[in-house]
Amino acid sequence: MEMLYFDHCASTPVHPKVADTVYEVMKLHYANASSLHRAGTEAMKLVERARSTIADGFGAKPGEVLFTSGGTESNNLALKGIWSRLGRTARHMIVSTVEHASVYRAAKQLEESGVDVTWIPVDERGRVSVQDVASAVRDDTALVSVMHVNNETGTVQPIREIGAALSRYPHVRFHVDGVQAIGKLPLGFREWGVDLYSGSAHKFRGPKGVGFLLVREGLDLAPLLAGGSQEQGRRGGTYNVPGIVGMAQAFRLATESLAERRTRMFGLRRKLLAELARVPELVLNGFGPDEEERTAPHVVNVSYPGMRPEVLVHMLEKHGVFVSTQSACSSKSLQPSRVLSAMGLGAERASGSIRISFGDEHGERDIDALAERIRSAVGELKPLERSRG
Amino acid sequence: MRDDWILVRFGELTIKGRNRGRFEDLMVRQVKQALAAYPALAYRKTFGRLYVELNGEPYEEIAFRLKDVFGIASFSRVIRCGHELQEIRETALQAIRNMDPTPRTFKMTVRRAWKAYPHDSQEMNHLVGAHVLRNTPELKVDVHHPDVELKVEIQPEGTYVYASAEEGAGGFPLGMNGKAMLLLSGGIDSPVAGWMSMRKGLEIEAVHFHSYPFTSEQAKEKVVTLAQRLAYYGGTIRLHLVPFTELQTKLAQSGQEHLIITLMRRSMLRIAEKLAERRGALAIVTGDSLGQVASQTLGSMNVIGRTTDLPLLRPLVMMDKLEIIRIAERIGTYGTSILPYEDCCTLFVPKSPATNPNLRIIERVEAQFGQELDRLVEEAVQGTEMLTLTETSRSDAPAEKAKEDSWF
Repeated sequence: MEMLYFDHCASTPVHPKVADTVYEVMKLHYANASSLHRAGTEAMKLVERARSTIADGFGAKPGEVLFTSGGTESNNLALKGIWSRLGRTARHMIVSTVEHASVYRAAKQLEESGVDVTWIPVDERGRVSVQDVASAVRDDTALVSVMHVNNETGTVQPIREIGAALSRYPHVRFHVDGVQAIGKLPLGFREWGVDLYSGSAHKFRGPKGVGFLLVREGLDLAPLLAGGSQEQGRRGGTYNVPGIVGMAQAFRLATESLAERRTRMFGLRRKLLAELARVPELVLNGFGPDEEERTAPHVVNVSYPGMRPEVLVHMLEKHGVFVSTQSACSSKSLQPSRVLSAMGLGAERASGSIRISFGDEHGERDIDALAERIRSAVGELKPLERSRG
Repeated sequence: MRDDWILVRFGELTIKGRNRGRFEDLMVRQVKQALAAYPALAYRKTFGRLYVELNGEPYEEIAFRLKDVFGIASFSRVIRCGHELQEIRETALQAIRNMDPTPRTFKMTVRRAWKAYPHDSQEMNHLVGAHVLRNTPELKVDVHHPDVELKVEIQPEGTYVYASAEEGAGGFPLGMNGKAMLLLSGGIDSPVAGWMSMRKGLEIEAVHFHSYPFTSEQAKEKVVTLAQRLAYYGGTIRLHLVPFTELQTKLAQSGQEHLIITLMRRSMLRIAEKLAERRGALAIVTGDSLGQVASQTLGSMNVIGRTTDLPLLRPLVMMDKLEIIRIAERIGTYGTSILPYEDCCTLFVPKSPATNPNLRIIERVEAQFGQELDRLVEEAVQGTEMLTLTETSRSDAPAEKAKEDSWF
């Protein structure tokens, strides 16, 4: 049986062109991009070209793109890097309760070290209210961090609206974790009022171990990794030249003809939702087909109340399907999902969810096969349901 | 019928006779080349003018590009409509309304080039002007100093209406006035001198002296970037990269530390002259600005300039540094010019270079080198590498470049 991979929010299959590029660049441009000799300057030219590619996609300046090892580093750098350069007048930050672990835990660390954090709740579909964010702003607020697309439910946050509301407070910096949004949603940076934006290559068919953080020009940021003077001294470490070039190519492939690709992915999502609606055991978490402007086109989150999600994941695997419980990063724990709990869904739904996520290389036949296998897996589990008392 | 055109007016209208035809042919070619990215455009040449039909291509982008084409005096967005009076009146009103900011005063000028048209120019002036006035309450007539001249031209194929004119770059179409070699250092001045020469219709081939390993690979790349920026204005530009290391180190060992800059400059001119001969160029352009540095005092210019019989053109000679910087910023070379890589002139710079070198002493020092100086000059010319550059491409290592492009 051919395995069906439906876990794109965890990681995507590398685009074949990108894999070739990474291999070729790795073979040819092994020199350290910071070296003065020609081999080094040639590698550096590739890094700078990649930087321009990413910058163009956001209408940003090349100097505003900082290369990192991935989303977790970008998020940590955004929060902690900003924080360690602030004076005493800044004591407060605002973070949503549904952030990815790398924002959530970094904010918790800052909270433990004395930073005042306001945690912004979400509604039952996982949306942050712009009003809640705006009214939490204080004179000593230095940073707001709200993700673009939630990694468990696919819910889209009102980033532009928050950015516009925050524009009245020039002392507040706005960080957006955009890891799940790239290649799925239109992107924006300064014209949206965003000061920092995180991205990770392997979520848009690029290689693992490379990502970026957009940093608005003029914003002071302390390095997390002290070392060489790479990235204007804000991130030491030898350039991952093949990874960076591969990321730029994957970025271009993922963001060009976006409207078309979104239409295709939403088509697949609608089809999947229609199929799942015929499985009464499963409950949808997040937005349905009637509110597509509020959801990413590539994620469906469902709960099987009364069934432990890892049992469902393993049963699906037996039937030839790879999906995740919650987010892959948190799936080893048996805790209820923090995100679904924040949505007020109750312990049963919050601890019984699975996430199905796909890419635009999937087709309708894949969705048919997926639905068929889910039906078989649920049918096999049905006799083992705990009572729903 | 209503369609969008750009009317391009050529500059230097004093040119007469046979040269005029050549000027216009070159001009049309330059405009077409600059607008090659917009395939739907159609062109129609008339005496001293070029009409470009937009056919849906974006006016703003095209206007932005046209401003950098040499030889254009000005251009206007033109609406072409039919011959019906009411249609002409509405189009004229539209042309005024398209303007931002709205003009306060205007002058109406109708030209009836198609004599079969029933109303004459005077009548039409009144008929169209009155309609515009009636429908634009804040607008007044001023025939002496109007904010805008609203022009209507009646031709057999239709009526052309336009209200505003955008200033062009002026000058001559590129290549109209022959070819010169430009000494391109990588600093702020020489790219500006190149741009000014090109604006005067001179085709430019750039000459750069490098002293690897005393200068870096980045210094050379910087000059390639500058030359590519100049190629934006000229379509293609040749860049001659002259290996200057041996000559320079030899001159540095002459024991005449304070004269080294003078000696180097003289040798550079000798090399440039030979390259000019090879390439059929009739002058050498430099970025010299009077008194700016030791080699640009009148005394130095005298001693250095005597090396060559070719005309030495110094477009910046009487300009202030700030004026030069302003142009560099406008033409998009400044940001590259200030990158901090050493060029071959900043190396071996003595603590106190001669500002008033003595020609006889200089000639004596050069005589001590005897045949060797000629040999080194000849070797430098022989070792010169020539690149052909456009704004986005370069002739060196095209295979690698194609491979690299496939990665992005």
